[in-house]
Amino acid sequence: MKKTVFWGVLTVAGLAAGAAAAGTMDDVKARGKLNCGVSTGLVGFSAPDANGEWGGFDVAVCRAVAAAVLGDPSAVEFVPTTGKTRFTALASGEIDVLARNTTWTFSRDVDLKFEFVGVNYYDGQGFMVPKSLGVSSAKELDGATVCIQTGTTTELNLADFFRANNISYEPVPIETNAEAQQQYLAGACDVYTTDASGLAATRATFENPGDHVILPEIISKEPLGPLVRHGDSEWGDVVRWTLNALIAAEEYGITSANIEELSKGTNNPEINRMLGTEGTLGEMLGLDKEWAKRAISAGGNYGEIFAKTIGENTPVGLARGLNAQWTDGGLMYSPPFR
Amino acid sequence: MTTITDPPKQQFRLSMLIYDTRYRSATIQVVALIAFMLLAAWLIDNTARNMMLLGKTINFGFFGEPASYDINQRLLDYTSRDTHLRAALIGLLNTLVVAILGCATATAVGVLVGVLRLSHNWLIARLMTIYVEMFRNVPVLLWIVFIMAIMIETLPAPSAFRGDNATASMLLGDTVALTNRGIYIPEALFSRSLGDIHFFGASSLRFDVSLDLIAFLIVLGAGLWASHRIKRRADRMQEETGNRPTTWYLRVGVVLVPVVILLVALGFHLGYPELKGFNFSGGTHLRNSLIALWLALSLYTAAFIAEIVRAGILAISNGQTEAAAALGLRPGRVMRLVILPQALRVIVPPLISQYLNLTKNSSLAIAVGYMDITGTLGGITMNQTGKELECVLLLMLIYLIISLSISGVMNWYNESVKLKER
Ligand SMILES: N[C@@H](CCC(=O)N[C@@H](CS)C(=O)NCC(=O)O)C(=O)O
Repeated sequence: MKKTVFWGVLTVAGLAAGAAAAGTMDDVKARGKLNCGVSTGLVGFSAPDANGEWGGFDVAVCRAVAAAVLGDPSAVEFVPTTGKTRFTALASGEIDVLARNTTWTFSRDVDLKFEFVGVNYYDGQGFMVPKSLGVSSAKELDGATVCIQTGTTTELNLADFFRANNISYEPVPIETNAEAQQQYLAGACDVYTTDASGLAATRATFENPGDHVILPEIISKEPLGPLVRHGDSEWGDVVRWTLNALIAAEEYGITSANIEELSKGTNNPEINRMLGTEGTLGEMLGLDKEWAKRAISAGGNYGEIFAKTIGENTPVGLARGLNAQWTDGGLMYSPPFR
Repeated sequence: MTTITDPPKQQFRLSMLIYDTRYRSATIQVVALIAFMLLAAWLIDNTARNMMLLGKTINFGFFGEPASYDINQRLLDYTSRDTHLRAALIGLLNTLVVAILGCATATAVGVLVGVLRLSHNWLIARLMTIYVEMFRNVPVLLWIVFIMAIMIETLPAPSAFRGDNATASMLLGDTVALTNRGIYIPEALFSRSLGDIHFFGASSLRFDVSLDLIAFLIVLGAGLWASHRIKRRADRMQEETGNRPTTWYLRVGVVLVPVVILLVALGFHLGYPELKGFNFSGGTHLRNSLIALWLALSLYTAAFIAEIVRAGILAISNGQTEAAAALGLRPGRVMRLVILPQALRVIVPPLISQYLNLTKNSSLAIAVGYMDITGTLGGITMNQTGKELECVLLLMLIYLIISLSISGVMNWYNESVKLKER
């Protein structure tokens, strides 16, 4: 048994790494499907609906990439990953892109050998407690039992925060958001901590969201974004510029409603270059002229996706805040299409 | 006259490697060995090459880096500033704790159920059959998750114990609290403690040993030894004179009196759990994850052990029971003095496998967030450092060592119970 596992691991390490070598774009095209790593279910970000159809803010990135590369936003195979399994899934080639509220950090980028292609949500870690606990600041949590998803940055921030404030806590490590929710609601932990957006999304699914508060402290920077394997820059470029196209589309007012109109040609050359009526940006990426048009049509521009999945008019109810366009005082800023 | 000549010296031909039975088995072994080595070489080469392609190197240096994560159940002191090596050590101890607790409980329950399943009482025998079939036929992972879910959903949260209109209260004279975060029980404290001895200074492998515990074990051991001597003397007198002197009060006395004197001298008292802030503090906290894992592993493995025990007992011929009964032994003694000692020879070897299974199954701990070695070294450390190959290789080595140790100890025990032929 021990031996089999050993050889099994070596074989997997060997074969998987073989598949991980360059040429992801060709693989995706040959397969006709994009393998996209998402969460096991976080409403608003990536979760299957009643018909098993995946939707959400991160899912929209997968669909946009599939639309740009394969011409079909539904040509995506969604692979649910946990905080722990996501990196192995990407490194081994099981998925082509990981879009699962993953924080861009130095060690993930450099040491784990991944390439973050950008940020689709600027976030920070927060704490959620039941209102009945009567807590108004995270500093009052001395001795509390805290539910925390393992394999995340939030696990490390939590240790640092309590150490820095010289207060104690009891961590309850948990694999998925669903289990955390169950333990938290049953009172097996006093506090649930993760990305503030994740807390809002989790709270939105509660029976009585009003009974729970998110504490004011944000204890970390969590820039969340899609990532690909290191060493295949062509594929990295495709995903990066698809994300940029969604962001730039909002900036230039390209929406799913007017995109047909605009792609007949406008007198803004940047829009023309994006939508393929001018220049050869698509060819440079190894795609066709209309790649960005298809990506934007898949689910709308960045602002439309945000509003549809996690915006203020959805149950998740997140304000744009840092995630507004730079022109509105936010951090969303696409490099020029030139 | 006939002369016997040697058979003509046959020249060696290559085909003899296959057709000649003298060489065939050697040929097959050599070929298999070469094939195996080629396969191994290919796998290692492939792994090395692909690791290089990924830009990863095999490097155990991360063990000296701070782990940066916290662990809830720690038998040794540990903070998030300690190294990955120490985190792995904490996890290893947690693995050993469930393995030992689990094996002990599984054996006790398994032997009991196995014996009772052969009971002449129809109801008891049937109930035991139901127990065995229920636990044996459902995957252990489900039992672990199920017991955890029951604890979380049915037991009260610590907050239910608070305030004037508390909905839950502590048991056994306010000494034990059953909560959905686990069970809080009293702990042993010493007001005139002898202190600890520290080993390995400030290194990652440092640990303390309580002198109180050592003193306790020495006194207890000495008492048991004295008690054993008294029994031996009684046996001898019985053999010589036919009368057995009454010694039970002496035997209990030599064990208990010194222990009690020591405990009083050390200022022994119990520390009770008390609700403070969010949680109970004081006392010993048996976490829900430990209890779920421990119970599920023991009950599951006990079902297999029960079958092994039953098979062992049934393997002893009925004549033995009848002969023992003819000598006037009561049924309990027949079981204890005649049947079980012989059955052990059949029981112990498969029992070893069950202990190994239980220990390896304890790696399912992560399902309930119990921080065993798979949760620390093979979980958070592996995930945060990205050193999959190193962590998995090490993890396999550790389980291998634990398993071989268990086998070693059990094989030694098996030697001591097996039939001694004179
Ligand atoms: N951003 C952090 C945490 C990401 C994370 O695990 N978030 C949780 C809660 S917001 C999640 O997405 N859970 C979904 C799941 O369990 O699959 C990281 O990258 O380490």
